[in-house]
Amino acid sequence: MKSSVITFPGSNCDRDMDVALTKFGFKNKMIWHNDQELPKSDLIVLPGGFSYGDYLRCGSMASKSKIMHSVINFAKSGGLVMGICNGFQILVESKLVPGVLLRNKYLQFICKNVHVKVDNKENIFFKNLDKKVLEFHIAHNEGNYFCTNDQLKEIEDNNQIAIYYCDQNGNTNDQMNPNGSIKNIAGIFNKEKNVLGMMPHPERMIDESLSGEDGSIFFKNLLNNIK
Amino acid sequence: MLVNEKIAIEHGLKSDEYKKICKLLKRIPNITELGIFSAMWNEHCSYKSSRIHLKKLHTKGKKVIQGPGENAGVIDIEDGDAIVFKIESHNHPSFIEPYQGAATGVGGIMRDVFTMGARPIANLNSIHFGSTQNKKTKNLLRGVVNGIGGYGNCMGVPTIAGQTSFDRSYNGNILVNAMTLGLVKKDKIFYSKATGLNKPVIYVGSKTGRDGIHGASMASASFDDKIEEKKPTVQVGDPFTEKLLLEACLELMYGDSIIAIQDMGAAGLTSSSIEMASKGNLGIEINLNKVPCRETKMTPYEIMLSESQERMLIVLESGKEEIAKKIFDKWNLDFAIIGKTTNTKNIELFFDNKQVANIPVNTLVENSPMYDRKWKKSKLPKKNKTNKTLFKSLKIKDTLKKILSSPNVCSKEWIWQQYDHTVMGDTIQKPGGDSGVVRIHKTDKAIAATVDSSANYCWAHPLTGGKQVVCETWRNLISVGAKPIAVTNCLNFGSPEKEENIGEFVECVQGISEACKYLDYPVVSGNVSFYNETKDIGIKPTPTIGGVGLIKDYKKMITMDFKEIENIVLVIGKTEGHIDQSLLSRIILNENNGPPPEVNLFNEKNNGMTLLNLIDKNFIKSAHDVSLGGIITAISKMCIKGNKGIQIKKPKFLINEIEYFFAEDQGRYLIEINPKDFKEVSKILDKNSVHYDEIGKIIDKEMIIDQKTKLTIDELKSYNTNWLKSYML
Repeated sequence: MKSSVITFPGSNCDRDMDVALTKFGFKNKMIWHNDQELPKSDLIVLPGGFSYGDYLRCGSMASKSKIMHSVINFAKSGGLVMGICNGFQILVESKLVPGVLLRNKYLQFICKNVHVKVDNKENIFFKNLDKKVLEFHIAHNEGNYFCTNDQLKEIEDNNQIAIYYCDQNGNTNDQMNPNGSIKNIAGIFNKEKNVLGMMPHPERMIDESLSGEDGSIFFKNLLNNIK
Repeated sequence: MLVNEKIAIEHGLKSDEYKKICKLLKRIPNITELGIFSAMWNEHCSYKSSRIHLKKLHTKGKKVIQGPGENAGVIDIEDGDAIVFKIESHNHPSFIEPYQGAATGVGGIMRDVFTMGARPIANLNSIHFGSTQNKKTKNLLRGVVNGIGGYGNCMGVPTIAGQTSFDRSYNGNILVNAMTLGLVKKDKIFYSKATGLNKPVIYVGSKTGRDGIHGASMASASFDDKIEEKKPTVQVGDPFTEKLLLEACLELMYGDSIIAIQDMGAAGLTSSSIEMASKGNLGIEINLNKVPCRETKMTPYEIMLSESQERMLIVLESGKEEIAKKIFDKWNLDFAIIGKTTNTKNIELFFDNKQVANIPVNTLVENSPMYDRKWKKSKLPKKNKTNKTLFKSLKIKDTLKKILSSPNVCSKEWIWQQYDHTVMGDTIQKPGGDSGVVRIHKTDKAIAATVDSSANYCWAHPLTGGKQVVCETWRNLISVGAKPIAVTNCLNFGSPEKEENIGEFVECVQGISEACKYLDYPVVSGNVSFYNETKDIGIKPTPTIGGVGLIKDYKKMITMDFKEIENIVLVIGKTEGHIDQSLLSRIILNENNGPPPEVNLFNEKNNGMTLLNLIDKNFIKSAHDVSLGGIITAISKMCIKGNKGIQIKKPKFLINEIEYFFAEDQGRYLIEINPKDFKEVSKILDKNSVHYDEIGKIIDKEMIIDQKTKLTIDELKSYNTNWLKSYML
């Protein structure tokens, strides 16, 4: 299976994502933001980091970069696109997924392990996953998901919420909400569910010596689903 | 503008220094030249009060590839790999403007490391604030933490460990010391020595602005009431540009285009160009009209003294200009050929086709002032006669609660959760342990790093304090299973013009050197920060030591959390009951006098090496060094981290229980072992003449000291974790 990770100026989780994808069997290529064309890929990943310094709204500059035209076309024609952290912010700014990401509720960068509940498994990203709660890792300053009531109704009606922040037993409540996201939303899909944006970093959970192994479960499952 | 003595003094030069300049030049300098002299001859750049003493540091060792004198030190970690590391202070700017001061401190130290060709793999910091009652402390802490996170997080380099302390003596001068480690191949290290004539001198990175002019001079003076006016001397950081600069420099370094490279840190273009020329014994010619400027009408004086961040100076191989330019264009960074190397041994500056400065390089470097200031020796204070009946009135539980929730012992999670400590995917020991540990990417090796200081011990007796800090970092490395290799030091002191302060400096340096020599743990880099004083009140002497060690097989790394119920816990090292200068003495007994605990270098080395041997044989399940707050504080932390309890045995010693639990005798560790290994472990300890006591057995969820004194792990946790969070609300 072929994957491509886009490097924007200021991306800093591009290497980590490359390591993770390669570890679980993807043939991965690193693509420069200024390129026009995407190589043939089964999965495109927008990695974490601070694209263009995030000096404007996070992700907004990157959403206008050259390669994003191709990424948007790829997504619209049904190709799989995943945005992690800053990648999620870029997806939001590109309008590939609905809503916005505001500054964290307590106005602080947060770096820690969190649990997320996977509710919706009728999609290629989480299909066949045998766990309901995964332990992932977050590291962000602007992960506070927000959308209008109308939008919320729409994404709920379409089953577009991918993962929720929760405790280790899968209970979602305010206490388990690290950044103030509406409904504890940690990740969402587009309507067609071929585009996933999420704040947590599965690529930081791929080794028991690191923060944990649930990222490995996610990537192995994803590869099997794409095959 | 005509230069005279008054203007020279306004530049921070002394009257006789100005006379020396005129004599060396055989004329009166113009204003640009005066600016250059003042930048090169200030304390921060010239080390004029410290140089003579720094020579005494122990800097040599088998693993040292590069000692002090370069952008950073380099050590050998085998298999062709090397670690580049250094610590640096950004104290003065951080007090004036905490966010930018701390951010640019982090940016500066990372540049020092990647200038040498190394990709930064870990950041650490040691930050010190005034009393928690002081009204400025909270905002300064918040600003500094935001600044460190803002810069390091954006760069994508994990911040893996640190130290935070609070003490009244920092009320008017906080300390922000930042340390970076980078990884490089041994045969791809870059240095700052220029070689060859007529080689192009290249400017890359951000444009030059008017920020930070005289930053290094500001850092070479004490504060007074008018520090607000000094805000313009603080630089403004742009981590995004630095990230681009990092990637562009590493890309260029992949080839063979670079002869020498130097980052523009303190004193900007001035010190970078002069250092490269001086090391290569060459001259350098610069056309200042070619320097990319952010603001209009900048004068030669401003261009030379600006401390705008994220800039580098490179001497290129002739003919490689196009290759280099292409890389910097790709990363959207400025690239300008601004001059060339010459054989004049002078620095010659041109602006609007006129020569605006012409100074022999050696006058700025070798001939810079060096002072052997008069210093005062410290006496070892007399031991306090603590009233032992006082101990009887203390309840262990209440005392422990106070200590665990005291600002200098409590959990610093509120701080390090704001730092990205997991990016790069190799952090195998996060902040909150004895050392941070990162794997060497795609190998079985890992590097452990720690940073520490003990201002109270150094204040009480600088010589002992200096030794103690080195040993403390040594123990932090041993506790995670790393073999200590080398250190970097950041020497924070008051005014060197005062006999007491320079005395503290001299004796701390002596202590550091003795310990480093004995432990074969050399100093490979560092910096000195003097004039940490406001209105005549200086800080406590605070040498900060950053220690680095190697773990050959990262799977053998040790953490401090208790692992398994029924395992037994040993105290390694002898407990004599030293209470003077301990946390117990300060915050419970309100006694600040007396000598610090004695440091026995033989025991330090012997205990440490024996533990490494036990770790290598897989006997040790968890380990933690005993420091502030004594044995009981260390045990509490192991309980909290492992979410397990301990049944403590009654100590067999004649000393009082309070002394036993809270004393800060040195050279001690706590280790957890399986009872079935006890015989074998005790054999090894005995064979090596290491003192040990069995202190207890791991149980579930409760710390039981005696029938009356029981604490649940949740209680311990809440004492330890809540203080900082609620303070910062």
